[in-house]
Amino acid sequence: MASVTLRNVSKTYPGGFEAIKGIGLEVADGQFCVLVGPSGCGKSTLLRMVAGLETVSGGDIDIGGRIVNAIEPAERDIAMVFQNYALYPHMSVYNNMAYGLRNRGMPKPEIDTRVQEAARILEIGPMLDRKPGQLSGGQRQRVAMGRAIVRQPKVFLFDEPLSNLDAKLRIAMRVEIRKLQRRLKTTSIYVTHDQLEAMTLADILVVMNSGRVEQIGNPLDIYQKPATTFVASFIGAPPMNLMPLRADEIRSQFPGDSRAGDSRATREAGILGIRPEDFLISSDAIAGGIALDLTVEAIERVGAETFIYGTRQHEVQGVAANPGELPPGEVIVRIPGAIAPAIGERIRAIAPRDKLHLFSADGRKRIDL
Amino acid sequence: MENRAIFSGKLLPYLLILPQLAISLIFFYWPAVQALQQSFLVQDAFGLSTEFVWFENYVNLLQTPEYYQAIGVTFVFSALVAFFSLTLGLLLAVMANRNIRGVQIYRTFLIVPYAVAPAVASVLFIFMFQPGLGMIARAMQRNGIDWNPVLNGTHAMILVVIVAVWNQISYNFLFFLAGLQAIPKSVIEAAAIDGAKPMRRFWTIVFPLLSPTTFFLIIVNITYVFFNTLGIIDTATGGGPNGATQTLVYKVFQDGKVGSDLGGSAAQSVILMVIVVGLTAFQFRYVEKKVHY
Amino acid sequence: MVEHRRFGNLLPHLVLLAGVAIVAFPVYLAIIASTHDNSVIANGQMPLIPGSHAIETYWNTIVSGTGKTTREPVGGMMLNSLIMALGIAAGKIAISIISAYAIVFFSFPFRMTAFWTIFITLMLPVEVRIFPTYKITSDLHMLDSYAGLILPLIASATATLLFRQFFMTVPKELVEASKIDGAGPIRFFWDTLLPLSVTNIAALFVILFIYGWNQYLWPLLITTRDDMQTIVIGIKKIIDVHDALTEWQVAMATAVLAMLPPVAVVVLMQRLFVKGLIETEK
Repeated sequence: MASVTLRNVSKTYPGGFEAIKGIGLEVADGQFCVLVGPSGCGKSTLLRMVAGLETVSGGDIDIGGRIVNAIEPAERDIAMVFQNYALYPHMSVYNNMAYGLRNRGMPKPEIDTRVQEAARILEIGPMLDRKPGQLSGGQRQRVAMGRAIVRQPKVFLFDEPLSNLDAKLRIAMRVEIRKLQRRLKTTSIYVTHDQLEAMTLADILVVMNSGRVEQIGNPLDIYQKPATTFVASFIGAPPMNLMPLRADEIRSQFPGDSRAGDSRATREAGILGIRPEDFLISSDAIAGGIALDLTVEAIERVGAETFIYGTRQHEVQGVAANPGELPPGEVIVRIPGAIAPAIGERIRAIAPRDKLHLFSADGRKRIDL
Repeated sequence: MENRAIFSGKLLPYLLILPQLAISLIFFYWPAVQALQQSFLVQDAFGLSTEFVWFENYVNLLQTPEYYQAIGVTFVFSALVAFFSLTLGLLLAVMANRNIRGVQIYRTFLIVPYAVAPAVASVLFIFMFQPGLGMIARAMQRNGIDWNPVLNGTHAMILVVIVAVWNQISYNFLFFLAGLQAIPKSVIEAAAIDGAKPMRRFWTIVFPLLSPTTFFLIIVNITYVFFNTLGIIDTATGGGPNGATQTLVYKVFQDGKVGSDLGGSAAQSVILMVIVVGLTAFQFRYVEKKVHY
Repeated sequence: MVEHRRFGNLLPHLVLLAGVAIVAFPVYLAIIASTHDNSVIANGQMPLIPGSHAIETYWNTIVSGTGKTTREPVGGMMLNSLIMALGIAAGKIAISIISAYAIVFFSFPFRMTAFWTIFITLMLPVEVRIFPTYKITSDLHMLDSYAGLILPLIASATATLLFRQFFMTVPKELVEASKIDGAGPIRFFWDTLLPLSVTNIAALFVILFIYGWNQYLWPLLITTRDDMQTIVIGIKKIIDVHDALTEWQVAMATAVLAMLPPVAVVVLMQRLFVKGLIETEK
């Protein structure tokens, strides 16, 4: 059990490519931290630096109060679950799990106890004598986890362990991993590109992009208050609707204090965000909110809900604050149930003010209203 | 073979395989049959009449001490070459597999010995080991070693082993390198995280996973010694002194040159054929055995 | 290699350099020796740096022969080797590729028998059938001839197996498309299959050229005339002289010349060579 702290960690490859640009992160003891981001954002690189499989160009990596930059992976007291499991193909499942313990000189009876216990937790007892080649993907994944558990390390590292499984299995395993971690209380760092996995697993979520951290926090906080347009569109599916605004539109939508001249919103804002589920289809208007007139282009029914893809027209009905014209673009609206307007129909989607997200024109800053 | 697209053609396929079958039959099968036939015959002193003697030639063979010596020589030669050439090849492959600069250059140098004919390689080493003028021979004399492959059987064996090992390094190196590169990096990393130091990793993970390659190379090296070292022996030692470097194949060669016992020579050939069949079958069995993932 | 030791990269370099030294030293020595005078060599006084007799020695060796040990100029021997090597390589490839083509792309009675017949020749290297094969070659009046040097060695199971394996990976849709386009079997072979096989052919050519050039036993047996000798056999004759002083500088020059073509081919076509090696052993 230990905390993991990253202080201004960076990595530059020979040749100049900066994979990680000064990242700071604190994972408290027992927390489940998820690094999420698109391919190439550096999340796997960061994880491998914590493991010791990549060198650190700058900054410190601290595990349990000890700076481990110069310490070999074997000495860091960590365990890692790889994307392709990396099981030892020529050894039985039992030996795969026992290998790490044998390397540390643990006495046989103790090894046996630990392996049997892990096998019990993961329900792989009947497979102990088999070789990895004889197991299915899901079983191999559990063996990989078993190999990590028996070591009782300070930190678990997961490198996209569920990516190679089919969708259903992925969901089932996701829950298993979470339950396991809760039970063992081991600090964990988990890498994934799947934002849903990230949301459901994390105690603390780290959204990464191009080697930088976009936002760190509680998943729900990140969902409800994304710090940048990148986070806003990356977290949540279907993605948040993002609409660029013109200055006059901002002024009409968000009038500010005449004392301070134009509001901060007018000065800095550029992009308005609304989540699909925050819309209501209605011909009314909400004071202080927004109203969009859409022509329905496509409908997606998934059973419990329906997604409506619409395009905005030029003329927009005024609301109390007279939002004015917003530029044309596609908008996604989510409504519960299966009853939806027809294609080609014109509908009005409204959203209250407190569901609006405002970002600076470059998308890199959130403006709180 | 099952799901192929084929052309119709009655005559064409036969025409296509004709050249190869013709050559195979004329130069491979016919001689083999003749050898088999001859091994069951004995010619009289004048070469005029022949007599069918069943397995008498074989029995005689197995009773001649020279034949047993040849078996022993071949066995020792194979074992030594396999051991040293494989070890060196593996060591070099392991080193070349690390991400160091200039691997291509090293590899270019290391594949040179394969291109050198065994007989020519032999000449290169004779030049170094010739008592009296060879650099290494003289160095040994200076240090009190009475190096003389002409008179000393062990020295002769050492000489041919050195040449054969040198000649085979490239092959072993290349195949071991390919085998090493086929091991997924993540398995090695997992072992490292599991607390295995480099040496331990090598013996518990890398070497076991290399075993198909190793088996394959052992067979190849043995086959090399059996059949491709004739040039080396002929130039370096002539099979001597006193048969100390006379392998089974070389014995066939020498006995045949003398020409006195055609039946015995044929019997030796047939025995060698059986050995080849065994080695080849063994090789195909192990080459078919795919690696684990 | 997971660990990141500062000096960790020294060890591989050292070992590999040692390996290269072992590998290169005999060759280097031969080159040096070929540039010195024989008396210097025979006295054991030869230095490790090149001497000044290079041109003279090589000229004598290749062109004129020195009269004493090499009755035949090595240049002629090299030509013989070249013809033999090219003949064997081209021959093996040619008859194997058409055999493989027949076996894979046609269906005819005794197809599999033909395949196994060819396959079994793998188990009959020339060394186990030396004298009977000699007798047959002699009966066919092919001793001391290029045909005799080349033909008995060109039935090759390895090449056939390689091509067969490769042909089986050709998608059958390609054949079907060709047929629809009106191509018969020969057209398909020339226009489609052959171009696809170029890399394999090249890789095999490298391996087989070396195999052909480096032949020892067979040329030794069937050539007796001096002008039919190959360079690999020629070397043996040069150092076989026991009474007279072996002309070491000539011997080494010959060795260098004997090594030159195959080594050049391997080094220049390294990638193809390695591919060829690995493919033929699968």
